[in-house]
Amino acid sequence: MSEEKRRELTMVVFSGDMDKLMAAFLIATGAAASDMEVTMFFTFYGLRALKKKNVRTGKSFFGKMMGMMEGGDISKASPSKYSMGGMGRWIFNKMMGAKNVQSLEELRKMAIDLGVNLYGCQMTMDVFEIPREKMIDEVKDVVGVAFMLEHSKDSFSTLFI
Amino acid sequence: MSEEIKVDLELDLKGLLCPLPMVKVSQNIKNIPVGGIIKATATDPGSLADIPSWARTTGNEVVKTEKEGKDIIFYVKRLK
Repeated sequence: MSEEKRRELTMVVFSGDMDKLMAAFLIATGAAASDMEVTMFFTFYGLRALKKKNVRTGKSFFGKMMGMMEGGDISKASPSKYSMGGMGRWIFNKMMGAKNVQSLEELRKMAIDLGVNLYGCQMTMDVFEIPREKMIDEVKDVVGVAFMLEHSKDSFSTLFI
Repeated sequence: MSEEIKVDLELDLKGLLCPLPMVKVSQNIKNIPVGGIIKATATDPGSLADIPSWARTTGNEVVKTEKEGKDIIFYVKRLK
């Protein structure tokens, strides 16, 4: 990349909805392709986007329940509207595939390849009982709100999705 | 028309939608020397606004844009 200081974009990804994750990764890849430094901070339901495939999370009764209800990795995310018990995801994927739009998983891979930095929120990982080992290896670190704010302070924009 | 511009790399971006056209241009521009030109052919009408925006943001230049039927052809010069 260029030798001059790169402009930074910080994103707080709170939602685990398919469409919102899609928007988040789309903006992130676009920014990274435009030579910007991108920091994505995943918290609450957004943590889904960092989970490995086919892992069960949760230790306590509620934690396990949460793991079941939130169920699955990024490929199992449902759209925020027209979810229809999983049908919505299937229809969305079909429609996007027909138009040559990438799947969420492919978008995430592209974001990683372009150098987008992914971070997990320690507090929500503790609450939801999602340990680091159950997350994809590309997660750079597990951090807190001060870390996010430090990046936000140096960014030209911070998005909450 | 296009013969006047010396092209270093040709990219086929037909059928690709946002953000892929700009991502592919950004990835491939690193493979040509500074001052070199990429000829990128896209079909996504959104890229008409996107590729020039990308160029302004990254400090590169779209030296010419042509339309041939559904094809949109960009000549992107690497400036840095």
